[in-house]
Amino acid sequence: MIKFLFKGLIRDKSRSLLPIIVVAIGVMMTVFLQAYMNGVFYDSIESAARFTSGHVKVVTNAYKENLSQMPNDYAMTGVDEIMEQLNAVHPDMEWTDRIMFGGLLDAPDSLGTTRAQGNVAGAGIHLLGTEDEIIRMDLKPKLISGRFPEKNGEVLISNELFKKMKLQLGDPVTLISSTMYGDMAMYNFTVCGTLHFGISMLDKGMIYADIEDVRMALNMEDAAGEILGFFKDAPYENDRAHAVADQFNAENTDEADVFSLTMMPMSMSNGMDFMITYAENAQFIVILIFVFAMSIVLWNAGLLGGLRRYGEFGLRLAIGENKHETYRSLVGEAVLVGLLGSVIGIAIGLFFAYLMQEHGIDAGDMIQDSTIIMPTVFRAQINATTYYIGFIPGVLSTVIGAMLAGIGIYKRQTANLFKELQA
Amino acid sequence: MKTIVDVKNLTKNFPVGTGFFTALKDVSLQFAEGEFAGLVGPSGSGKTTLLNIIGSLDVPSDGEVVVLQRSVGKLTPKEAAKLRKEELGFIFQSYNLLPVYTVFENVEFPLLLLNMTAEERKERVMETLKWVGLTDKVKSRPAQLSGGECQRVAIARAMVKRPSLVLADEPTANLDSKNSHNILQTMLKLNEELKTSFVFATHDEKVISYLKRIIRLEDGKVVADELIAEPSK
Repeated sequence: MIKFLFKGLIRDKSRSLLPIIVVAIGVMMTVFLQAYMNGVFYDSIESAARFTSGHVKVVTNAYKENLSQMPNDYAMTGVDEIMEQLNAVHPDMEWTDRIMFGGLLDAPDSLGTTRAQGNVAGAGIHLLGTEDEIIRMDLKPKLISGRFPEKNGEVLISNELFKKMKLQLGDPVTLISSTMYGDMAMYNFTVCGTLHFGISMLDKGMIYADIEDVRMALNMEDAAGEILGFFKDAPYENDRAHAVADQFNAENTDEADVFSLTMMPMSMSNGMDFMITYAENAQFIVILIFVFAMSIVLWNAGLLGGLRRYGEFGLRLAIGENKHETYRSLVGEAVLVGLLGSVIGIAIGLFFAYLMQEHGIDAGDMIQDSTIIMPTVFRAQINATTYYIGFIPGVLSTVIGAMLAGIGIYKRQTANLFKELQA
Repeated sequence: MKTIVDVKNLTKNFPVGTGFFTALKDVSLQFAEGEFAGLVGPSGSGKTTLLNIIGSLDVPSDGEVVVLQRSVGKLTPKEAAKLRKEELGFIFQSYNLLPVYTVFENVEFPLLLLNMTAEERKERVMETLKWVGLTDKVKSRPAQLSGGECQRVAIARAMVKRPSLVLADEPTANLDSKNSHNILQTMLKLNEELKTSFVFATHDEKVISYLKRIIRLEDGKVVADELIAEPSK
């Protein structure tokens, strides 16, 4: 009997090929969208992590309280020892120290008097002797003129500010800021390259210098505003980050001491909590809506498939098949069609998601005035959910549609079979 | 002759609005093994309703219908399906063949429900197709057959399980005169050779001319029940 029904299923293209194509398309779109949404949101989060918050961030209690002001007077000292300790306890993470600062950038004329000035936000990061931070922050494609610092005293400047101040590569500039002890700081740099981020917030006035230069400039020997930690093998994981932070805080944090160290998971820094929650919820809602829409389409396909065979089922009942046997065969076919369509759809969806994950779509031109830190290349990201989410609309909806259509089999009055089959 | 259908004081009512419509009123009759009988009457006379109840597709409102020692009104849906599966054959006006299956497979289908082996099924199907003269169309699909051939496939499908009783509702309604006679001659031959009982519901004169017993129904009542010694065909 199964062979007989299978033969019918194969031969009747409107019962097999067509529904399988419909299911496969629906599932493919669901899988691709899930991976795409996953990629876009996680790229945004990762991007923010790389530039500002890390997956976890170590600061002092007082620095944490005034985080948005980058208060280097509350910076931590003994950074080398802290870094050693972090690397020893968490070898599965990468740690880097940074100094964030604000100030005024002054460009002198040939006589040494001010020719142009601009407000800057700066970052002291490891630029000499290592490319770790350049790679982490993806700075290479953002360098549009000059080069990265190769020796002490060189600085990278945002291209917009560079133009506004009418600078030339090799020009000297002076940073005017304050040391971590509150004294006035003045330090001379040479402009070696310009950066374009495509993010107005950064393009207006960002400078990057090697952290040792910034330490010299701000009198912060063996000190840093913050130490950022990144998971080596995975993107941001909220639970994991909280676990690492809780462990560190239990061993190191003294609430009464403003210079005591504290670790913040990304979700607790710079309003990232909202962004992560929003990303997760938005992703969930968008996928839910899509899965629901696809479910309705596939449900209807199942329903129509069942109703179209009303005559055949009537005949089978008249010949002597039990209603539950007829119903079972209808649902069995739907499971087969749903499974086949889902497997095909998931395979195709994964293929496109993989291409999108590897190559991405460069949306740099479209988001050049963005005020949030986000990547310019949108990529999909395949995760465990991508492999099974397609089965929800693919199998469940098809089967539910067939089951609903099959209710007609149970409600059918056998007394009307002769009349119905005359049509 | 052994009685295979015993209809005793059968009444069948259908609900209509707040009241009901009586399709059959106190009908009593019997069919013996090997009969070639017809329920004859105009539309609305109750012939299809009676055929439905004999075929265990419907149940009596009052009275009793015993088919092959089973009281139709007392059967569960599963038992009724079993009776249809094992003992009854149905022939419909519009053939109702499954379009994606071949002639062989359409005829084979009732045997699948009886869980016969592939070998037994093949033997039975080929033998039945031989009776109806369709051995050369084994691999054809219904769309490749004429109306007459389709109805012969339907007859083969009804006969393949060797039922005790075949119920046919207007089997010639979609056929031209020549094909109607061919079909009726085939059914008559099967009736005579296999002793299978045939009960028709019809108002077609061509069918009536073959019947050996004519039961005339009017307004749900049997108004005449006559044996035809020498059918006109």
